[in-house]
Amino acid sequence: MPAVQETIDRVRSIDVDQYKYGFFTDIESDKAPKGLNEDIIRFISAKKDEPEWMLEWRLDAYRRWLTMTEPTWARVEYPPIDFNDIYYYSAPKTAAGPKSLDEVDPELLETYEKLGIPLREQEILAGVEPKNRVAVDAVFDSVSVVTTFKEELKKAGVIFCSISEAMREHPELVRKYLGTVVPVTDNFYATLNSAVFTDGSFVYVPEGVRCPMELSTYFRINEQNTGQFERTLIIADKGAYVSYLEGCTAPQRDENQLHAAVVELIALDDAEIKYSTVQNWYPGDSEGKGGIYNFVTKRGDCRGKNSKISWTQVETGSAITWKYPSCILRGDNSRGEFYSIAVSNGCQQIDSGTKMMHLGKNTSSRIISKGISAGRSQNTYRGLVSAHRKASNARNFTQCDSLLIGQDCGAHTVPYIESKNATAVFEHEATTSKISDDQMFYCQQRGLSGEEAVALIVNGFVKDVIQQLPMEFAVEAQKLISISLEGSVG
Amino acid sequence: MNMEPRGMETHAETEIAELFDKLHQDLPGATDVSRSREAAFAAFRQNGLPHRRVEDWKYSDLRNRLKSVPGFAARRDDTAAAAILAAAGDVYGAVDRYRLVIVDGQFHAGLSDLTALAAEGAVVRPLAEALADEGAELFEVPEIAADNAAVGLNAIFCADGLVLTIADKARLSKPVEIVHALSGDAPVSTAERVVVKAGAGSEVTLLETFVGGTEGSFANSVSDFRVASGAKLVAARLQTEAAGTTHVGTALVTQAEDSAVKLIGAGIGAGFARHQSFVRFAGENARADLLGITMVRGGQHVDQTLVVDHAVPHCDSRELFKTVVDDDAKGVFQGKIIVRPHAQKTDGQMMTQSLLLSEHADMALKPELEIFADDVQCAHGATSGQIDEDLLFYLRARGIPEAEARTLLVLAFLSEAVEEIGDEVVVEAFEERIRSWLSAKE
Repeated sequence: MPAVQETIDRVRSIDVDQYKYGFFTDIESDKAPKGLNEDIIRFISAKKDEPEWMLEWRLDAYRRWLTMTEPTWARVEYPPIDFNDIYYYSAPKTAAGPKSLDEVDPELLETYEKLGIPLREQEILAGVEPKNRVAVDAVFDSVSVVTTFKEELKKAGVIFCSISEAMREHPELVRKYLGTVVPVTDNFYATLNSAVFTDGSFVYVPEGVRCPMELSTYFRINEQNTGQFERTLIIADKGAYVSYLEGCTAPQRDENQLHAAVVELIALDDAEIKYSTVQNWYPGDSEGKGGIYNFVTKRGDCRGKNSKISWTQVETGSAITWKYPSCILRGDNSRGEFYSIAVSNGCQQIDSGTKMMHLGKNTSSRIISKGISAGRSQNTYRGLVSAHRKASNARNFTQCDSLLIGQDCGAHTVPYIESKNATAVFEHEATTSKISDDQMFYCQQRGLSGEEAVALIVNGFVKDVIQQLPMEFAVEAQKLISISLEGSVG
Repeated sequence: MNMEPRGMETHAETEIAELFDKLHQDLPGATDVSRSREAAFAAFRQNGLPHRRVEDWKYSDLRNRLKSVPGFAARRDDTAAAAILAAAGDVYGAVDRYRLVIVDGQFHAGLSDLTALAAEGAVVRPLAEALADEGAELFEVPEIAADNAAVGLNAIFCADGLVLTIADKARLSKPVEIVHALSGDAPVSTAERVVVKAGAGSEVTLLETFVGGTEGSFANSVSDFRVASGAKLVAARLQTEAAGTTHVGTALVTQAEDSAVKLIGAGIGAGFARHQSFVRFAGENARADLLGITMVRGGQHVDQTLVVDHAVPHCDSRELFKTVVDDDAKGVFQGKIIVRPHAQKTDGQMMTQSLLLSEHADMALKPELEIFADDVQCAHGATSGQIDEDLLFYLRARGIPEAEARTLLVLAFLSEAVEEIGDEVVVEAFEERIRSWLSAKE
């Protein structure tokens, strides 16, 4: 007998209409014609007022992309994507021009307010500084509409702006680092992104600076038939520290939309980057209609000695997720971390995991992955831990646990462990189970209802990862998990 | 599955195609058998030899390894076969057992204990003869092995081997050794198949040994264990072929309800070896214990790959695989537990551990879970590392010299898997092999 019969029944009758961010903002937008060709790329580049070398970079990527084939190794199924049936550029008309908050379309501001993202910088009241301030870069379809707290960050020497702005204002930094972690030809979707990326965030934290507040980017897909291709580049110079949060939502639509982002992190000597994501793209309805295809390449390079990169992700959205935030542990004594909660329900398909590539000496990494599958979803953890010949004393610990709720879902674990150095010590453990009857009985005997008991157990199951999230995100993540499992949890 | 378009045909692939052209008229079996050979050959023509871009062969690139494929040996007379067998050595020397002898892919009834086995209810037929009347059914394989390239290659060329049928409720008083000996004089290819049909409630211990061979030999055998309800089968597969040999050995296991199988494989010899096991549960309340040890050194490459298919509810599987890698050798472990929809109450536990003894040792591990049912307990663990310095210190502090302490620790590490087999004959023979492997280094 499976865990709780009523849970199973509810999972079956689940209605994914619980997606709370599925509204559409009716706003006039400026679009490039549908389809993909060199002219579209020139158009995007011109729109962004980009230097010549950037256009060449894009065109080169596009030509390479034409020779590539879509990867098919992931455990996901979807009809072929017509890459010529997508708008590659869409921007709210009023977003162009100088970005003072007063000039931003009130419709847009309202959208973000509805999403719970404050774009107005709170004023400091009589010496009382509000706690937990977060600087936000808001990306709407293809453009960044506003970046908050810029002035204050500037005082600390931190550059936080949209990547198009960075290309104009700090070309030397962009040119030095862009594409050095995820090369142009890395994979099909990363190459496509290199050709057509429209916006995204750029962060540079100078030597020895601890970024004074959390930085955050909020991505919103609004227009129909558009793809979002953002590019994020974060550089922590020697001894710097930054914590970065990423959130995303999209309207509820019947057709599938493509999101193919590239995120590059670079940590130099003694630097630390903490990157947290709460991914909540529209997952499609209960029959699997609509939803976002989330094909993302995220990679961090611990380039310097003693550097550290930590990925934390809560994946609840998207029809299909194909995402492997990775760490290249190049610097000696560097450390990589990956904490993940992946919740799938309805007809969602998740193929996610990480790669920890140990190249330097005394490098260490830790992977904690928790997958929860319900409904008719498929949830796969796919990961690689490798030690190069010279990676002496590399150390990895991996734990991936899967929880199944209902008998029509699947949970899969595909780890690859490659050790070419005898002093490398790798440990991997994985479990798959349902919520045990004993646990349920214990909770219910103490007066919890069946649904409450499941919620409690699931929360305990994901606790290791939730603890890694910054406070504001942890609260949001917990709420999201319960919304995603609504019908199967409570 | 991710099948990349194949590249240029290699020399070995051309040779295989030429061999089939030359031989297929004379291969045994009626129309249905030749039809299944042709189907396998068509698949080979399309995909070629398996290579690193085929996910299941990612770490063991057979296409790259096989530069040339030697021809199949002509049938030898019993005297010549006995000489090859003697030259290849006897792993179980003093053990009292029945012997079934396959030399260079051909079954030699004259060298085998057929009469004594028949008296205990175990009938042996040469495969060439059985193919004529039992037909292509003998080539049928579980779904999980259906598109396996090595099994396909075996079906193309398989000319002989044996069918061992054990009567219901028969309990064999002695273990049965099936020797696969390869000629050490000149390289040959082999493609024999052993089919064991263990009747309901029967009990048998099988000792399969793979011995002999020389530089360039290519052995590609399939052993198919069909275990009926309530039967108990222990199969110990020991591979100690000569250094230059390429070995691909497949064990197929199909288990009916209430059956219990213990399978242990040791990969010690050959330059390049792939041991694959495919276990399918066809009836409820069955249990499989899959064990393996791999010891490699020099430039050896040994791969242990297994797939366990929990197709029905209430079955248990346990996997424990240990690998020791020395010098520049490479060890590979790939294990996959599949739990099909509605195979509730499955319990699958897989553990793989590897010990790297030298700086340039190389180990790849890929333990997989593929689960489509919720009421299951499945887990896997994988570790890779070197000998624990603390353990070494402990032993040395008690006056044991370092080299001896290391030997002891490696032996203890491997024995953990060997002892699970629970059969004294097997444990002793395997541990003896481990000891001689360890002392060969000194």
